[in-house]
Amino acid sequence: MRGASNFAGQIDLLFWFITILSALIAIGVFILIVVFATRYRRRYSGYVPPAIEGNNKLEIAWIVIPTVIALATFAWAAVVYVHMHNPPKDALTIYVVGRQWMWKAQQPTGQWENNELHVPVGKPVKLVMTSQDVIHDFFVPAFRVKQDVIPGRYTTMWFTAEKPGVYDLFCAEYCGTNHSEMIGKVYALSQQDYEAWLSGGTTTASSSGMTGSGGSQASSQSAGQQLYQSLGCASCHGQNGEGNIGPRLAGLYGSKVQLSNGQTVVADDAYIRESILNPQAKIVKGYQPIMPTFQGQVTEQDILQLIQFIKSLGNSGSQGTAQNQGGNMPAASPAAAGQSGQ
Amino acid sequence: MATVTRTVDYERPIYEEEVNYLNTDYSLKSWLFTLDHKRIGILYLISISLMFILGSAAAGLIRLELLTPQGDLLNADAYNRAFTMHGIIMVFLFLIPSIPTVLGNFVLPMMLGARDVAFPRLNLLSWYIYVFGALWILAGLILGGADGGWTFYPPYSTTYANSHIVPVALGIFIVGFSSILTGLNFIVTTHRMRAPGLTWFRLPLFVWSLYATSLIQVLATPVLAITLLLVAVERVLGVGIFSPQLGGDPILFQHMFWFYSHPAVYIMILPGMGVVSELIACFSRKNVFGYKFVALASVAIAVYGFLVWGHHMFVAGQSVYAGMIFSALSFLVAIPSAIKVFNWTATLYKGSISFQTPMLYALGFIGLFTIGGLTGLYLAALATDVHLSDTYFVVAHFHYIMVGGMMLAYLGGLHYWWPKMTGRMYPELLGKLSALIVFIGFNLTFFPQFIVGFEGMPRRYHEYASQYQIFNVLSTAGASILGVGFILPVFYLLWSLKWGEKAPINPWGSAGLEWQTPTPPPTQNFLETPVITTGPHHYSQVREEVVG
Repeated sequence: MRGASNFAGQIDLLFWFITILSALIAIGVFILIVVFATRYRRRYSGYVPPAIEGNNKLEIAWIVIPTVIALATFAWAAVVYVHMHNPPKDALTIYVVGRQWMWKAQQPTGQWENNELHVPVGKPVKLVMTSQDVIHDFFVPAFRVKQDVIPGRYTTMWFTAEKPGVYDLFCAEYCGTNHSEMIGKVYALSQQDYEAWLSGGTTTASSSGMTGSGGSQASSQSAGQQLYQSLGCASCHGQNGEGNIGPRLAGLYGSKVQLSNGQTVVADDAYIRESILNPQAKIVKGYQPIMPTFQGQVTEQDILQLIQFIKSLGNSGSQGTAQNQGGNMPAASPAAAGQSGQ
Repeated sequence: MATVTRTVDYERPIYEEEVNYLNTDYSLKSWLFTLDHKRIGILYLISISLMFILGSAAAGLIRLELLTPQGDLLNADAYNRAFTMHGIIMVFLFLIPSIPTVLGNFVLPMMLGARDVAFPRLNLLSWYIYVFGALWILAGLILGGADGGWTFYPPYSTTYANSHIVPVALGIFIVGFSSILTGLNFIVTTHRMRAPGLTWFRLPLFVWSLYATSLIQVLATPVLAITLLLVAVERVLGVGIFSPQLGGDPILFQHMFWFYSHPAVYIMILPGMGVVSELIACFSRKNVFGYKFVALASVAIAVYGFLVWGHHMFVAGQSVYAGMIFSALSFLVAIPSAIKVFNWTATLYKGSISFQTPMLYALGFIGLFTIGGLTGLYLAALATDVHLSDTYFVVAHFHYIMVGGMMLAYLGGLHYWWPKMTGRMYPELLGKLSALIVFIGFNLTFFPQFIVGFEGMPRRYHEYASQYQIFNVLSTAGASILGVGFILPVFYLLWSLKWGEKAPINPWGSAGLEWQTPTPPPTQNFLETPVITTGPHHYSQVREEVVG
């Protein structure tokens, strides 16, 4: 199956290298066995074979040479693996929630899609994922990528789709009855088609059925903002995240935070999630440990929507456009920010 | 080295009046309360054979279902339980005990020149514990089975599964103690009960591999026990250990589980490698090339095997640095296995090779184990493992080792020692035919799975994308052939018990010490404690006088 991502070529090359190496070794061994078994088959019963104890030089050779080859293969694969774990800073971030037995993905504009993932071709995409229940795994065979999706924490993976197309998405960690039905499609669209899809308009791509379901207009900025209000975050953190009894949220995302215990941490997705579910874990310096926990009151989806909202709070303290989000943010930002409903 | 003249009587069959371990007492009580390691080996043979039939039935259901992409034979829950019970029964009730408890129990003391193992009562207790644990697992099966895979990952297994996880986990917990006690017994036996003159480097390679296996059994199995216990505690009492909803860490489970389960795969394969060493030596009439390297490679595999568990977790959320360390070590653990394959091949050089059934299985092992081991390289390599993890590639890899390797070694050993165990010869032509059918059926079953796995078909899938069907059809076709290959020995081995040709003392002309006893042996094995003056497999030093 042809690969369709930036990693596919490297992984397939490594795969074929190991295949050729294995074939050489296997065929070598098989030929020797067949040759020896034929040449040295028992011809008469009195024959006493010579006692060959061994050959230390040969032993050393067939220990050292495979070891060198093995370590070289390890190193090659490790380099690619490290690359696969270092998403570019300007990667487009898409949030994914897996739950029995479906996938939900949140585009940067805030719209959610079910069992589908639309991505632009040629731009790195980073998936930040969590599970609502058991361990799942986000697997796109054509991209040669997969990553377990775990409840209680975020895991990430990234790729750059290189060819427009529709690709299989499978759950690859057993998760219960309908594990084999927790499947979907990844739609890799040209940048133009992707933006068009995000804004919900019809393009030639979507009318040809390429784009799957259209993106909904519901913006998680409003959804996130609604949660921000209804959960009472505004009372401590301010209407627009300007801060009050609670720390300032505007401009927080991605910045360094000093904690009361002297440590400095980066306010990433996991930090925000933890602050909502277990606020006592990290106290910001200069603030009181009085934030209540929202464990049980918010789903993973809610948390992601809140994160999107907090990301959208620029330095100015007002709800701006995506200043702190990952780059390549399409222009289709809902102008209805701040209004509830559509 | 001095030439030893040994009288070998190929033709003399056992006499009816000879008392051996089988006919000394026919009562059921004498069997159920036996302290004779040979009878205990037979008890295990019966038990694990029954378990194998169950596990194969589950496999049959799986392969039938997978003929079509839709889930039409079984509903999703039934399928999920089928593959889970297949894995659990095959791993814990068949593969892990098989060679050590059947062939090891039977042959180890005789290879040491001893009358029995160090702790015969403990040996019997091991069997009863095995049966007790197996009954718990069967109870779980009859109640409807467990799902979650044999790997039991939480929080699914502890918090979400609706199946009978607890009795099955409890059964595995119990069976683990059988494994630990057998390992303990073998270690002490090997240390303390060798005949005079039998130094460590004169031990047959089967003993070395059983010893290495026993080390792993004793050290690793307790980790499985505690892990399963904690799963049960979380599931029953709601104590949060692994489930994030209860404040636990699911990755902790994976570390603990694989810390046992990776060494477990070496528990499964090392005894098979030991059998292959014996078979290659006997049927080439040569000592094994590089004996010391092969012996120490067994120990190296046992030790190394404890250091690589994280290669099951490259996409699980483990750190990149941990992944790199485990990957490097996983490549290195392949080296001792490669040493063995090269040494077995070199043993054939200038040998005198005959192709009876045990040898066919041994040669088949070398071929299939080599392929299985090489496909492990793709999985040890971090980048390719990302793509192949949790696909059918992994399923094919471990079946090549477990079935293509371990099963073939077990069948080879069973055929090899069958005369010694039963006093009968199996029908050679049927033996050869079955070996061939197994080899062909096996490859047809599992080779397509490498391809379909690379193409992206995930494992544990009840329904699959239609483009994968052709590979599944090939695989199921192979499975039916493989099934025939496995059923035939059941019939002709049972047949041979009554109608098989009476076996001479040493039908294979083996230099093994276990063949210097009558066939079948008396309860005490040796009438006099032998004194050993040469290394094992010393064919060129044994000038045989064929008598009668």
